[in-house]
Amino acid sequence: MFDNLSDRLEGAFKTLKGEGKLTEINIAQSVKEIRRALVAADVNYQIAKDFTNRVKDKALGQENILKSIKPGELMVKIVMDELTELMGGQTAGINIKGDPGVVLVAGLQGSGKTTFSGKLAHFLITQRKKKPLLVACDVYRPAAINQLGVIAEQVKAGFYKEPENKNPVEIALSGIAFAKENGYDVVIVDTAGRLSIDEAMMKEISAIKNAISPNETLFVVDAMTGQDAVNTAKAFNEVINYDGVVLTKMDGDTRGGAALSVKYTVGKPIKFVSMGEKMDTLDIFHPDRMAQRILGMGDIISLVEKAQSQFDEEEAKRLEKKIRKNKFDFNDFLSQIGQIRKMGDLKSLIKMIPGMGKMMKNIDIDNSAFDKIESIIFSMTPLERSNPELINTSRKKRIARGSGKSMEEINRFIKDFEQMRKMMHKFTKMEGGPGGMGGGAGRRIKRRRKSKFRR
Amino acid sequence: MSFFGKFFNKKKKEDLDKGLEKTKTSFLNKLSKAVAGKATVDEEVLDELENILITSDVGLDTTVKIIERIEGRVAKDKYLNISELNSILKDEIVQLLGENNIQDLEDYILPNPDVKPNIILVVGVNGVGKTTTIGKLAHQYKSQGKKVVLGAADTFRAAAVDQLKIWAERVGCDFYSKGMNTDPAAVAYETTQYAIQNNCDVAIIDTAGRLHTKVNLMKELSKIKRSVDKAMPGAPHDVMLVLDATTGQNAIEQATHFTNATQVSSLALTKLDGTAKGGVVIGISDQFKIPIKYIGVGEGIDHLQVFNKKAFVESLFEGEVVGN
Repeated sequence: MFDNLSDRLEGAFKTLKGEGKLTEINIAQSVKEIRRALVAADVNYQIAKDFTNRVKDKALGQENILKSIKPGELMVKIVMDELTELMGGQTAGINIKGDPGVVLVAGLQGSGKTTFSGKLAHFLITQRKKKPLLVACDVYRPAAINQLGVIAEQVKAGFYKEPENKNPVEIALSGIAFAKENGYDVVIVDTAGRLSIDEAMMKEISAIKNAISPNETLFVVDAMTGQDAVNTAKAFNEVINYDGVVLTKMDGDTRGGAALSVKYTVGKPIKFVSMGEKMDTLDIFHPDRMAQRILGMGDIISLVEKAQSQFDEEEAKRLEKKIRKNKFDFNDFLSQIGQIRKMGDLKSLIKMIPGMGKMMKNIDIDNSAFDKIESIIFSMTPLERSNPELINTSRKKRIARGSGKSMEEINRFIKDFEQMRKMMHKFTKMEGGPGGMGGGAGRRIKRRRKSKFRR
Repeated sequence: MSFFGKFFNKKKKEDLDKGLEKTKTSFLNKLSKAVAGKATVDEEVLDELENILITSDVGLDTTVKIIERIEGRVAKDKYLNISELNSILKDEIVQLLGENNIQDLEDYILPNPDVKPNIILVVGVNGVGKTTTIGKLAHQYKSQGKKVVLGAADTFRAAAVDQLKIWAERVGCDFYSKGMNTDPAAVAYETTQYAIQNNCDVAIIDTAGRLHTKVNLMKELSKIKRSVDKAMPGAPHDVMLVLDATTGQNAIEQATHFTNATQVSSLALTKLDGTAKGGVVIGISDQFKIPIKYIGVGEGIDHLQVFNKKAFVESLFEGEVVGN
């Protein structure tokens, strides 16, 4: 999602390669590139300026202490550290304590409040063993109540509505009373979308909040939001003083600068990341991962965790061993395809692999792309599958005939496979370090990450 | 942008207003601060200009393009004073919006008045306001005495069909649906047939919001378009991409992918009643040569306006800024 930002930052760092140390002059260009990249990623103009000034000061200040590191690597580290700090330091959970716990969901029109409410209910049911009640307080938008009702049914959560009542404060209060009587332990109050300058509507949300005193008030922001994110985040915060932010539509290709802007402006943690229309596509937000992702280091931890729930552990171990020894073959590839298919949307998965976001930027993938690959592999003999080196021209010809593909396609596929194999091998050697950015910063980052795990 | 209807009469000042305090900062005010004691356009003025354009979501490339044009004028005319700058700037942007020689619409006219019925296909990412825009546009056509049908081809999102149906009832126009979870291409096809058989002037087909990165959903959209063409050769007569003014630079990606999938022929920019400026459409209109037809300025049935280049550019520079 942040591929483009990563590209630009990488470009900026390239200009630093070969320079002996950081000076005002030689970092000027990369600082400018970073600023441009942030602005192009929809980070607020002023925030981008502040941020790059901070980076610049840090970079110049560290010049003498860390002379042994290449300047490019040092810049990566500084940008990364600053970005992580800006994104929010530590992972913040959701507070649903209370009898029942009450969550208020607010935001602009079309930001994805109702879908998020459903996902949150699903999350609480499946991950926290809760019994949530969804309360429909959007009394304005046509069919908004039905929409929440349908979603409640999908995720098997309770649902409370008062179709004839136009007073959302009353509905929210009776919703909570209903929850108490019926044994629901969390109430999620979905509200109408509103503009921050709509005074009447902002008063309404303030009234709802005052009446129900939620444990958790969440502000929902579309990740594609531009410069206005700052204004909206600020205005909502001043009225409802929310506890956390939810970033939606993160499954698109937005660079997501709004996340930075919002965090920087109001200082509230981003608690959830929502990435699709399916009800199980809600993730807890991890600032450190996001910062790594921004820097093109991929989101290897997310990928691993996502895989874990569906991936056979034994199989994974076997694979990792093979990759380490550079013995990854077509059989493994086939079984991986099978695993990936189980995991869901391919593009979002691939994007989490370091360096891949950039490569995949302009490539359309859908899962049917695998059909072709499978047909090629199925046309190989078992010996060929486990020994990719064996495949020579005459074997390729036979495979082409067998799979109904052209020689060209076979050649390209085998070449890609070799490349992938090399890359995977490289990554395992680096153990998740940044590809192509030099080992220095990577090692340090790794060390830091390790210590976090130990805690 | 308070001149846009809805919020005009809500001026009550109470403690809540503190959070909504707005500083009226017109472009000229800002500029005069930046150029105190100066008579000509210099770096600092251009920097300030850059700031204003970027924070209106105009985007880097287009901002650079505009600033280069201004620099060109400064170089040519040698002496350019600040008050001239304002009008030149507006001219340049209006020109950028109109370089494709597309005139603003005068009224809510049909895309192709020579055929009957007109079929309008409405597309866009999730939550931009497609259904609301359709309802408002239908209202405009209906008030002109036209026979309108709305086709519910968003068969995916929960209660989407209901939402469009309520709009059809509000407007008092026809409504065609096959229910939820049905094939959207079939709904589009049959809506077109319905419009032909029932002597409608215009059919507006709603589609499910989809992120432009979802290959299969974009393919589905192409299929919906083809099925309309099958039901009536030459249709749809307009493919309208709805963009949310709060969206940043990602709108360019949206325009690219939706154009590839369906040959978008017009844009509608929604949610301009907020603080967002929607400046990204300048670049889009310039790059894709697609006219902006309508703007959405509220949730009410008559909160749809015909796009006016001059007024839009004015709003970039004369709107209100929340906070500092």
